[in-house]
Amino acid sequence: MSSPVLFVIVGKNEPLFEAEIDTSLSSTGGTPGGVTQQQSEMSTRQNYFVLHSALDLVEKSAWTTNSMYLRVVDKVNQQQVSTFLTAANVKFMLLHGGKGEEVIKNFFNEVYGYYVKVRTYMPYYLPFSNVGIITYDECLTPS
Amino acid sequence: MSRSSTNILDRPLGRPGGRAEGSVVSLSAFAYIYSELVQYHQQRAASISELERRLESAGYVVGLKVLEMIAYRAKETKRETRLMSILHFVSSSVWKSLFGKAADSLERSIDHADEYMIIDYEPIASTFVSVPPDLGQLSADAYVSGIVAGVLDGAGFSARVTAHSVQVEEGEYTKQGGNSIPGIPPRKDKAVFLVKFSPEVLSRDAALER
Repeated sequence: MSSPVLFVIVGKNEPLFEAEIDTSLSSTGGTPGGVTQQQSEMSTRQNYFVLHSALDLVEKSAWTTNSMYLRVVDKVNQQQVSTFLTAANVKFMLLHGGKGEEVIKNFFNEVYGYYVKVRTYMPYYLPFSNVGIITYDECLTPS
Repeated sequence: MSRSSTNILDRPLGRPGGRAEGSVVSLSAFAYIYSELVQYHQQRAASISELERRLESAGYVVGLKVLEMIAYRAKETKRETRLMSILHFVSSSVWKSLFGKAADSLERSIDHADEYMIIDYEPIASTFVSVPPDLGQLSADAYVSGIVAGVLDGAGFSARVTAHSVQVEEGEYTKQGGNSIPGIPPRKDKAVFLVKFSPEVLSRDAALER
């Protein structure tokens, strides 16, 4: 089973953008055999948990290097969290199932370019406001 | 300048280092808009310090943008993590990209270890500003101090930055041919940007020293 990919942009304290790319669901358009709705919901929650818990590790390692690309900051089971910090300490965090370093680095650089454009070209863009449409998962909010 | 019909988001973010033709704004255009900005805030501010604070907050947002922009253009994918390197970044890279020249000096306060001063003998923002006597201590460079605060805060070095106009002593600053802007007599005031870092920034930097 291919693992889902979760990408989050975090500003100072708040998420600016979230995107979940579930590669296992993309081809069939529904839940594939064996994986129930509940299970996928569980894994979604777990993914968010892993990603958010990695934030502390990012803050810790942020000052030990002056590189923007922090590589893999956290590993939980098969999942890894790669992080990229911009000059203004905005965090790009990607949860993935162990992809190549180069692929991730290129992805981050591409996102970085788009982010800086949004950030600098839009005269009414307020710092640390949402970058795009947030696909915030309802199951995360305590009901 | 070449006519371009493409969307602004489709254009590249500019070349690193050298400035592209047309990216330089004329001083008179800047001065005109800046005077409007000052007047706008002056009408809405009750006191001098409030006016300065308003100008600072207008510059703060610019500072955050400038930081991301310059770092991206440098194409080094590096962040500044040390106190001295970020100060050098501000006084050279930021000053060069905004004003076309580096700041004249960067000094450390003798009395306070957490205070640094960036000195500009020809501050652009207050070039055409004469402060009336009833506004006393107002420094029209408050906008620039807001930019500096924005850059520092964005990079994780929270600091209180204030602008001060200080009289230039005789013989302190002599430049051949007077002012670098033709037609303007040498400036009597220099702008001193006082940067006071938060205690946690200093303790973090001291910890990194080891």
